[in-house]
Amino acid sequence: MVNAQTLTHLERLEAESIHILREVVAEADKPVMLYSVGKDSAVMLHLARKAFYPSPPPFPLLHVDTTWKFQEMYKLRDRMAAESGMELLVYRNQEAMDRGINPFDHGALHTDMWKTEGLKQALNLYGFDAAFGGARRDEEKSRAKERIFSFRTASHGWDPKNQRPELWNLYNARKAKGESIRVFPISNWTELDIWQYIHLNDVPIVPLYFAAKRPTVERDGMLLMVDDDRFPLAPGEVPVERSIRFRTLGCYPLTGAVESEAATLPQVIQEMLLTTTSERQGRAIDKDAGGAGMEKKKQEGYF
Amino acid sequence: MTDLVTDPIYKTDALIAEDIDAYLDVHQHKTMLRFITCGSVDDGKSTLIGRLLYDSKMIFEDQLEALQADSKRVGTQGQEIDFALLVDGLAAEREQGITIDVAYRFFTTEKRKFIVADTPGHEQYTRNMVTGASTADLAVILIDARKGVLVQTRRHSYLAHLIGIKNIVLAINKMDLVDYDQSVYDAILKDYTAFAHSIGITSFTPIPISGFKGDNITAHSEHTPWYTGPTLMAHLETVEVDQVSDQEKPLRMAVQWVNRPNLDFRGFSGQIAAGVVRVGDAVRVLPSGKTSTVSRIVTLDGDLEQAVAGQSVTLCFADEVDCSRGDVIAASDSPPQVADQFETTIVWMADEEMLPGRAYWLKIGTQTVSATVQQPKYQINVNTMEQLAAKTLDLNAIGVANLSTDRQIVFEPYAQNRTLGGFILIDKITNATVAAGMLHFSLRRAQNVHWQATDVSREHHALMKHQKPAVLWFTGLSGAGKSTIANLVEKRLARMNRHTFLLDGDNVRHGLNKDLGFTDADRVENIRRVGEVAKLMTDAGLIVITAFISPFRSEREMVRQMMQPGEFIEVHIDTPLADAEARDVKGLYKKARSGQLKNFTGIDSPYEAPLDPEIRIDTAGMTPDEAADAIVARLIP
Repeated sequence: MVNAQTLTHLERLEAESIHILREVVAEADKPVMLYSVGKDSAVMLHLARKAFYPSPPPFPLLHVDTTWKFQEMYKLRDRMAAESGMELLVYRNQEAMDRGINPFDHGALHTDMWKTEGLKQALNLYGFDAAFGGARRDEEKSRAKERIFSFRTASHGWDPKNQRPELWNLYNARKAKGESIRVFPISNWTELDIWQYIHLNDVPIVPLYFAAKRPTVERDGMLLMVDDDRFPLAPGEVPVERSIRFRTLGCYPLTGAVESEAATLPQVIQEMLLTTTSERQGRAIDKDAGGAGMEKKKQEGYF
Repeated sequence: MTDLVTDPIYKTDALIAEDIDAYLDVHQHKTMLRFITCGSVDDGKSTLIGRLLYDSKMIFEDQLEALQADSKRVGTQGQEIDFALLVDGLAAEREQGITIDVAYRFFTTEKRKFIVADTPGHEQYTRNMVTGASTADLAVILIDARKGVLVQTRRHSYLAHLIGIKNIVLAINKMDLVDYDQSVYDAILKDYTAFAHSIGITSFTPIPISGFKGDNITAHSEHTPWYTGPTLMAHLETVEVDQVSDQEKPLRMAVQWVNRPNLDFRGFSGQIAAGVVRVGDAVRVLPSGKTSTVSRIVTLDGDLEQAVAGQSVTLCFADEVDCSRGDVIAASDSPPQVADQFETTIVWMADEEMLPGRAYWLKIGTQTVSATVQQPKYQINVNTMEQLAAKTLDLNAIGVANLSTDRQIVFEPYAQNRTLGGFILIDKITNATVAAGMLHFSLRRAQNVHWQATDVSREHHALMKHQKPAVLWFTGLSGAGKSTIANLVEKRLARMNRHTFLLDGDNVRHGLNKDLGFTDADRVENIRRVGEVAKLMTDAGLIVITAFISPFRSEREMVRQMMQPGEFIEVHIDTPLADAEARDVKGLYKKARSGQLKNFTGIDSPYEAPLDPEIRIDTAGMTPDEAADAIVARLIP
């Protein structure tokens, strides 16, 4: 009688993520989606639109801005907020702004003040009690064990000894006043899943993921794109036009590009599959403080 | 480095380079399998997982470089790659004191995506394994061929079976260390078969492997010509998961969220737990029992004609039917049961032991209700499967106990439906998840005992006494003055022609509660009974005054919840411990200090002071008479 219909891996992942998004909306007082404009954020936003359709997702998008993102990221951010019918909140840490904190002169302090502190300030300012983030367990060793619902104290601390077991698809979202939850709806997706989903669902992503001729310079073995005139060039240095693309996107002075000719999604996926280095390899952030870099940042309140 | 890259196993799929579109097409139709590996490091569990990641080309060059360097530095396999290092980050984290219950790993082949739940260690094993197994379609039970079926093999198998995993793989590992001897394999298989049948596992798939050497992982091993079954990877790629059988069951969908963008649209969102739903199907909303017909299945990509178990959808009905979060949408001709008392199996996951009688939040599907667990019927020794007598359950203990909820819930036996039969218990004060459980069946009592409606209502009782019923709940340390002040309050109220009753801690323990001692569990039951009695008295219209130490916030909160809103007035008789001890009217502090008296509040048993009581009496600042006046003034302004 029944026409059995086997769900594909992407259909099962999608259904799980939608379930998580709805549980949070049903149980949290004031949820928000952290939107970084990268490909993972793009998929997370798309899943949210699916979860609540025909309503727009019943929470705002929060972009914790550092003023150092790629110009194309700002463009897509504004476009997606308009298309999804969601409120876009952009938060910039005023102190970092006043002190002119930037990735060229301040190194780790840049990430700490703009992103970690900025995020805490924004969450406090608006009083959000649940924040969706696009982190995945396959990204990095320390994330393999991260819960889908990650509890934070009133001061946004992450107490690794006090996280809750997650059984079946039952999520315990109860919390005391002042506490908050970070929720990762795409925990179980891999980089390949993300790309395949973008491909199948035509999810809009920043064009920087596709190869094009762009002005670049080399710094400490990383290929950086000169995205605006704030980039300090050595006397006489002229940026070199190279065909490049990005595997992950962050602040442009901290994000290494790869030389590539992959200009379409299948080509990007092909290159990703043929490549022999992991995705975060181009991110300076993981290398701070040795292998425990991400772990430390998380305890301090970084996503 | 180079010898590794040219290793014949480490090569990318030719299709990727030749025809990426064809490759993507294949991979778009992949299914997913979630599995758990059970065994300790000694069984070669990490090596096996590392091997699976490696053989399915999930290791990147930068990771491989690190792996090779680590293998030489700290590996246990000489100059060869130690695959265990790929996944053994956990050991170091444990040293840092970070609790890891489950780490998830991912790999993919062209047929399937795999999510592996990897649970570390020996301590906390039950909690971790149950957590990891709860989302698994399959369990790989690892046996060291040199050691055969061990106590831990039994434990792992029992837990996998308990959590309802139907696909069990018995991976008899380290075959290279027993010279690939078939008789060793056969003997282990015979042992395990006998054990498996004894605990109700009817079928499993045995595979002789070597995680370290790679035998029968992705390719049939030339060392085991006597083995004709599938390789481990082939089995993982083709084993049938429950999806199809789930779709053959009657429709079940727990409503997560009501979608109401405007007055013209009303949809019910949830993930289908069982069955298939089609436009035009007759459905029933539980617990109300109201029926309707599915008019639309709405998604962003357009309406669907049908949706199946596992999908997250939004359903619209042809009629206006009340339906909200917590309700279950079901096939109208085959609805699930509704009940409030159950037999359950509970896996305790918190450091603090279970307190029978204490109210916990119970979450099942999308329903959250208040629930109490009775004293366990028995506890199960997970190593021997023996049933042991138990008064409570400690961390990692598993027991069978009756449980009751404060209102009816929609459920199905766990064996039929994990979503409507699996639950978690949440501590009401700390909000921690303290247990996982499985509902087996509803108790007859729940079906046969009905609430008898009476004609003389509680309002009528109160009206006849010209008063508003209330409970003045005194709490405080022994010797704080609760009984003294309570007595003065009752005398004043009596003079004002108020109908009252004073329930005193010591007096109640001479009768109603004389079977109870002073353990935490008994204290909880003591308060529960007093709460129930006080509730009956407020129904009769009385002003009830209680004088009990009632040391735990949870139980005071439980009693508050029993009463009508506004009728519970918590009175904290606040005396510093030093003052109460100095007074020591009954000589109890002295006994407690000398160790003659155990579990004495304030000495070796905690007192949780109210955070926000309606009335707080600072005994250092007023006499008992002044205190009584203040309380009466608050009650009758």
